[in-house]
Amino acid sequence: MRVMVLVKATEDSEKGFLPTPEAKEAMEAMGKFNDELRNAGILLDADGLKPSSQGKRVTFDGPRRTVIDGPFAETRELVAGFWLWEVKDMDEAVAWVKRCPNPMPGPSEIEIRPLYEMADWQWESDAGGHGNP
Amino acid sequence: MTAGETHQAIEAIFRIERARLISGLARLVRNVDLAEELVQDALVIALSEWSRTGVPANPGAWLMTVAKRRAIDAIRRDKMRERKHEEIARELDGECDRTAEGNEMAMNDDLGDELLGLIFTACHPILSADARAALTLRVIGGLTTDEIARAFLSSEVTIAQRIVRAKRTIGKAGLSFEVPRGAERAVRLSSVLEVIYLIFNEGYAATAGDDLVRPGLCLEAQRLGRMLAGLMAEDAEVFGLLALMEIQASRLPARIGPDGALLTLTEQNRARWDRLLIRRGLDALARAEALGGDGPYVLQAALAACHARARSPADTDWPRIAALYDRLRAVMPSPVVDLNRAVAHSMAFGPEAGLRLVDEIADAAALRNYAPLSAARGDFLFRAGRLAEARAEFEAAAKLTRNAREAAFLLARADACG
Repeated sequence: MRVMVLVKATEDSEKGFLPTPEAKEAMEAMGKFNDELRNAGILLDADGLKPSSQGKRVTFDGPRRTVIDGPFAETRELVAGFWLWEVKDMDEAVAWVKRCPNPMPGPSEIEIRPLYEMADWQWESDAGGHGNP
Repeated sequence: MTAGETHQAIEAIFRIERARLISGLARLVRNVDLAEELVQDALVIALSEWSRTGVPANPGAWLMTVAKRRAIDAIRRDKMRERKHEEIARELDGECDRTAEGNEMAMNDDLGDELLGLIFTACHPILSADARAALTLRVIGGLTTDEIARAFLSSEVTIAQRIVRAKRTIGKAGLSFEVPRGAERAVRLSSVLEVIYLIFNEGYAATAGDDLVRPGLCLEAQRLGRMLAGLMAEDAEVFGLLALMEIQASRLPARIGPDGALLTLTEQNRARWDRLLIRRGLDALARAEALGGDGPYVLQAALAACHARARSPADTDWPRIAALYDRLRAVMPSPVVDLNRAVAHSMAFGPEAGLRLVDEIADAAALRNYAPLSAARGDFLFRAGRLAEARAEFEAAAKLTRNAREAAFLLARADACG
């Protein structure tokens, strides 16, 4: 199964990347973790996101579209980075996340969300080969 | 956490660590069977200890330390103690003096090399291709014997025996579990790649009614391919095979029609192709080409990439495909490659070019009474306006194929010749 592993933002990550010695050390630890993921064959994709101050939101209400400039409040609900993994089940994903170095200088959170797969769309009329990935 | 949840969490950690634990131990004790047993014992101990104490900070190193201690015990209990065994035991004593932290560091240093060594050993050419596939899925993929049997449409007894025999053969041959070097490496690597592609194709051949373990083989092979690409970052064919598998797997969601029949590339709804896998495949191919790759897997991946890049069948770069088949023919000569080459040339340069090439190979023994050859020839003749000859070829092809749907399709084409 595929999971998206979301690194949640913190006040620190919302300030943007600063090349401090601590940040360099943290990046090295994360690089090692990424190597482990790669060598285990589960890493499909990964990237970091710039702070929400550089982002925009578009809200929908009927035919209306409104653009809102960042930064956005509720910092801890924002996403600072992500991985896409191919794992056997959620237990395996949790076990991998537990061995990830803390992605932030302070307390932080990582969220794991399974992706919809072919088998979840069986009702679709032209869904060729359902149940057959 | 409930006891059940703890148990599940430990099992998940174990699944992650299993292959590298086995590879580290196999190199020490020179015995896959014993290594597997030691790792299993370590899991049993972990299950009882960790339920009380919680999971340690470095679970992999903890498991390795326990398993190595058990290895010494096992060797000491062994009545047929030879000098060689004592040497191993002394070596092990040294290893065990290290703390769990030391083991962690040693594991990280050796990790890639040991794992690679086990992959090369499980895929050693002294074993049959089937035995290599079964053993690789067992010790590297962590599949159970039952899962492997279901995946290969075989019985559990057959697979179990195949694995036991493979392990015995490895033991008798005294293989060292090292990564081969020099000239031997290239030969051994092609044996590894062959096994991974065999596993992939077995999964690719699965159909809608099959046990889900079968299509799962594609994922397993892709995972092995990605592992290998991580561990052998300088080998073009490794990236070629990975690219080929990622691109082929990208079509899995699109290749089966509503009636359960396989669809050709032209018939597939390309919107269903998995863009992430295509991008990964193209990246791997770019890496292979940057490494100067020109081997069979790189070329096959380049061919697959031509189709992956085309938004619709009409956008296909046929001249490039024809040129790639010219090169593939040189490194991987086969009548089927020749036939595909003729088709590619007909698409790129017209039906006469296809006819010329197909007539050159029509006498090959492997292609005599081969339905796809007659079907291709029929198609070239049809497009050249030679309808009577085309009809005869399509009818001949319909008689040769054993697939009812294909026969109906070919007869319809014969009818269309007027």
